[in-house]
Amino acid sequence: MVAIIGQSVLIVAWILALYAVIASVVAAYRHRPEWAVSARNALLLIFPLLSVVVALLVWALVTYHYEIEYVHNVSERAMPLYLRATALWGGQAGSLVFWSWLMAAFASAVALRDWRRDREMLPWVVAVTAGTLAFFLFLNVVLETPFKRFWALPDGNIQASVLPPAGARAFFPKDGRGLNPLLRHPGMVAHPPFLYLGFVGFVIPYAFAMAALIVGRLDARWIRLTRRWAIVAWLFLFLGLILGSRWAYDVLGWGGYWGWDPVEISAFMPWLTGTAFLHSVMIQERRNMLKHWNMLLIIITYDLVIFGTFLTRSGVLSSVHSFAQSAIGPAFFTFITLTFLGSMALLAWRWNDLRGKEQIRSAWSREALFLYTNLVFVSMAAVNFWGVVYPIVSELFTGQKATVGPPYYERVMGPLSAIMLFLMGVATVAPWGKVDTRRLFRMVVKPALVGLLLPAWAWWQGYRKPGALLGFALIGFVIAVVLYDIARGVWARHRVHREPLWRALVHLLTRNRRRYGGYIVHLSIAIMGIGIIGIEFFQLETQRTLAAGESLSLGRYTMVYDSVAIFNTNDGRQVARATVTVKDQQGRVVATLHPRQDYYIRDQQPMTIPGVHSTWGSEFYVLLVSWRPITAEGATFKVYYNPLVKWLWASPWIAIAGALLAAWPETRRRRATAPARAATQAPAPASA
Amino acid sequence: MGNRKYLIGTGLILLAVVYLAVTATSSSAQYYLTVDELLARKTEMVGRQVRLSGAVIGDTIQYDPENLVVRFTIAHVPGDLDEVEKQGGLAKVLAEAVRDPNRSRIVVEYHGPKPDLLKNEAQAIVTGTLGEDGVFYADELLLKCPTRYEAAEPVNQP
Repeated sequence: MVAIIGQSVLIVAWILALYAVIASVVAAYRHRPEWAVSARNALLLIFPLLSVVVALLVWALVTYHYEIEYVHNVSERAMPLYLRATALWGGQAGSLVFWSWLMAAFASAVALRDWRRDREMLPWVVAVTAGTLAFFLFLNVVLETPFKRFWALPDGNIQASVLPPAGARAFFPKDGRGLNPLLRHPGMVAHPPFLYLGFVGFVIPYAFAMAALIVGRLDARWIRLTRRWAIVAWLFLFLGLILGSRWAYDVLGWGGYWGWDPVEISAFMPWLTGTAFLHSVMIQERRNMLKHWNMLLIIITYDLVIFGTFLTRSGVLSSVHSFAQSAIGPAFFTFITLTFLGSMALLAWRWNDLRGKEQIRSAWSREALFLYTNLVFVSMAAVNFWGVVYPIVSELFTGQKATVGPPYYERVMGPLSAIMLFLMGVATVAPWGKVDTRRLFRMVVKPALVGLLLPAWAWWQGYRKPGALLGFALIGFVIAVVLYDIARGVWARHRVHREPLWRALVHLLTRNRRRYGGYIVHLSIAIMGIGIIGIEFFQLETQRTLAAGESLSLGRYTMVYDSVAIFNTNDGRQVARATVTVKDQQGRVVATLHPRQDYYIRDQQPMTIPGVHSTWGSEFYVLLVSWRPITAEGATFKVYYNPLVKWLWASPWIAIAGALLAAWPETRRRRATAPARAATQAPAPASA
Repeated sequence: MGNRKYLIGTGLILLAVVYLAVTATSSSAQYYLTVDELLARKTEMVGRQVRLSGAVIGDTIQYDPENLVVRFTIAHVPGDLDEVEKQGGLAKVLAEAVRDPNRSRIVVEYHGPKPDLLKNEAQAIVTGTLGEDGVFYADELLLKCPTRYEAAEPVNQP
């Protein structure tokens, strides 16, 4: 019953999404507002319907309905409740349902806003979001339904389908096959939802952009309406990437955090173009420039989001993430091609209307620097894209399949990141419009000198590679510029308004949330850079077999192997858990670590979980590689010394604070004054 | 036209990026070969960066935990995804490759701990170079076990 109800509700939701698209188009063409209302109502119905679908699927997962193929494939009785429930996104079909559900939630939130000022855009926003939703529901209904049941055919074979084949009877397996042990980790539970929320969030600005193009409302209205959506989407995508990275560090047992895997890159690319978008829309709001560019960026971001969703859940490229090869590949490819060509055609149609009169007046003005950062972001996305598609391109033109690995990405992304840090620092203090270059130089040189404290400290700590020192200098510069700018603002308030320093700080940050929220995110990225340089340039590793009592030294630590314990757990694992003592250079015991190997007996799959001693200076990362089960006299360890990597793990918290500050609704008093100021500063708004 | 200056500047930056990408590509490109292709172009490929994929033959896995040396043999599987699909999916192709004694095979040596996923009928994607001795020395070892993900029929009877 669950399967039939679930599938039926999915079909109804799909039909509603198609209806919403058609009704919106009718409403817009025939000027029939009642059709727009009807389309919106249809869109609003999809979220409750998909909630029913999600609830049914979770219920089936939690209550052991292994007669449903999807439930059978991603869960088993021995899994704890939270893993059974979150196995909803443990496979392809469920992931797509989950994606559609989040999309429907976001679409409903948009549809429920107050549309009085933007009535003409409503049908098109509904059409684009419902159209995207209709595509994903099509995949779910036609190609990848999670509600296939097992049937025993008369000839003894087992088949999975929604409706019973002729003469078949229902088949009930006792237990499921369980989730891949590598995915049974809290980081893996949280990583897909965050990533998907980020993906789905970027659909909203895209929908408004397309609506703006179609109705010809080409001022910055669509950007103002979707600014918060974009920031929130950006934050979720960022956190999704970090969570995935942390999972790899904790579970995959390779001492790394980022492997330039095609799937990682496919989530990284929309983040790059999305970041470019967040910056360049400010230029349009402020100076009425870069209108074509913003449209282009949001179109690319949207299609990269769809591409990313596709790559994470298909086997098109060899990757640790791939789930299975399936029929959805051609469907995704068609959808991406159609939406990209359609959007570009709209953009070409409005090309001349988007042209503005404003020009860049100085090579070092803030708008010019924003333009350069945009170029760098898009270049980063392009070189990543090149790396991902290079195997296909190479095969097409030379007949020889070839790939590029991490060295390619490191060689290209390293210099681009350095340029990015430099621009980030200068743009923070650069003024708009006409720039007195000498004055700008004077504003930059002080923080740049203060920033040199960071490479000086690194030198003193023994981190002396030239590339790393340059990176530290740039990071120091960015941090110093931001702190200098905040300090100047606080001091000005302190003197003018006679506020105590802490209140001046609070007022400064809350009265100009977007600016300082952004700066705080910049701090987070700079701090993240410290961790990345630490592990990329200075990681040490060794591996050795130790008898009990023997020790090995790496970096600033020495570890002594004490013992190993082997035991079975009641969830089907055999655990080998070593005890090692970590000492610092003075011989003091600083930690006792328990690196272990969990062997999932039925899956025949081992999982290596490191023991980590983490300080702000470095992480001492110990893997138990093998051991002698009977005598317990020796064990082999692989050990990594990862300098400064804790800064990488700490930095997202700062980004969360910054992004929330930037996205937090302004107080009413501010809102009243904002349009007046914008009007005086943007002299020639394009008329629709 | 003040904008022309910026167009030229933009063009120069993009050229620099393209140059960077092209040089990095050519210096770090790895040839993606099947076992058949590698053996056919043996002399040409010795010492070059190669990415090789094949089916792991479980019986051949040898592991020396003292020195952390993993040695195993992989059997040829088609590199083309469509071809794999045509032959009944990755899991089936891998299983057949392991069973078929006439498939071309190559010994792989990898220095490091034995990876979690290294087992019979896994797909190994190894990156490294072919030695003069005909052994493939892998610097990197990626493994995929498609059977874990693909829909398979349940075997346990009710």
